[in-house]
Amino acid sequence: MTRALTVLAAGPLTTVQDAGRPGQAALGIVRSGACDRAVYRQANRLVGNPEDLAVLEVTYGGLAVRAEADLLVVTTGARCAGPFPHAAPTLLRRGTELRLGPPGTGLRTYLAVRGGIDVPRVLGSRATDVLSGLGPAVVADGDVLPVGPPVDPLPGVDVAPVPEIPGGEVTVRVLPGPRADWFGDAGWAALTGRSWTVTDESNRVGIRLDGSPLERVRGGELPSEGMVRGALQVPPSGKPVLFLADHPVTGGYPVIGYVADEPVRSDVDRCGQLRPGQTLRLTAAGA
Amino acid sequence: MRVLSSGSTALLVELDDLDAVLALYAALADQPPEGVVDIVPAARTVLLVTDPARTSLSAVADAVRRTTPRPDARTGGEVVELPVRYDGEDLEELAGLLELTPEELVRRHTGEEWTVAFGGFAPGFGYLTQPGGRWDVPRRSTPRTKVPPGSVALAGEFSGVYPRESPGGWQLIGRTDVAVFDLDRDPPALLRPGVRVRFVEVGGR
Repeated sequence: MTRALTVLAAGPLTTVQDAGRPGQAALGIVRSGACDRAVYRQANRLVGNPEDLAVLEVTYGGLAVRAEADLLVVTTGARCAGPFPHAAPTLLRRGTELRLGPPGTGLRTYLAVRGGIDVPRVLGSRATDVLSGLGPAVVADGDVLPVGPPVDPLPGVDVAPVPEIPGGEVTVRVLPGPRADWFGDAGWAALTGRSWTVTDESNRVGIRLDGSPLERVRGGELPSEGMVRGALQVPPSGKPVLFLADHPVTGGYPVIGYVADEPVRSDVDRCGQLRPGQTLRLTAAGA
Repeated sequence: MRVLSSGSTALLVELDDLDAVLALYAALADQPPEGVVDIVPAARTVLLVTDPARTSLSAVADAVRRTTPRPDARTGGEVVELPVRYDGEDLEELAGLLELTPEELVRRHTGEEWTVAFGGFAPGFGYLTQPGGRWDVPRRSTPRTKVPPGSVALAGEFSGVYPRESPGGWQLIGRTDVAVFDLDRDPPALLRPGVRVRFVEVGGR
């Protein structure tokens, strides 16, 4: 009996993700990995996986899979429509199907399988980096995804208490970035003083925000410099791009601010659940 | 040296010039401060990415300020030789633009050692510089949508080798058969920051 999931329908975008490949940014390789790390780790914990095993990151639902063996699975993150219980580890019997409808709120659902998705690692990780193309291919209809053997003991959780992911306006904390001075006090006030709209030009690389353009108080070109996820980079249009997991390693436009990203309370994780049309309010951290 | 904040987990160290970047990066890469998971050099900056569970940004900032830059950053690294056929589509036109003959341009490209200063454009792409920064090459006004892998190119003060087919606005002067990025090699990238590169002309033009 082969431990595997057969993909009947991949949905709008499903990728294999794990904790990513840190430590290689100097080679032009970004960390990548799950966009909502906290929820990704939770999915693994609920099925007794080590926290860094690979899961499926399902964007806007639509995934249908069939179990080729008895497999313990769980979904976390965006709660998808359908009969499958959310945040509750469930035994998917051999031959049975799991179908995820669209989520009511939120964007990304993590489907963890006990034993982890066991595709080959690329440079130490099974994460698909959609910008560079590193890692496994985007999940496609008909794929058979191998599942690894169980490792850790089961946690014995029936249903994890999880907060609903909000629709509508979301507020996150923002810290001044290395080039906040390129926009002056007025620029900072404009960034933090009103809400921004999440556009449909958004993906794992970043979220393009819409609103009245930010104005620079100084001219000149910025030599490219390194950045991490959560960066709010301001291109010549004046409309910030909020970078997520698959951001470029370096960027040539000024970063006005960073969305707060402490591991225990990551606002960048929450931004990974924003969908087009939602509004985002950036409030100065500590204010 | 200015240490700028870059969010909850990183610091951006701003330096006077590329040589200062090379020297600080060489010292930091040699002995990374505790809890630093990524060190990313660029044209004027070095980004340090931390694991917040293992260190604090202030501890890393202190460690950076205590670090003595390595003055031998341009001479201390491993040497890679890259055989190049100088038959790039832009060679003639670029040579004219720089008021050189194509032969003179090739001699300048092969005559002196290059150092990988930093990466960033794509996995395995290195920004190479020669000491003295004698190049000042304009980008193409219209970038190509497809640059073939192995293309050897110039832009600004930098030379580079395209690791795989990608769009690009650099001036193409030649090509090499050496795979500068290979997933089956450890490390996969040949042109890592600090590596010295000698271009060697092969074949006819």
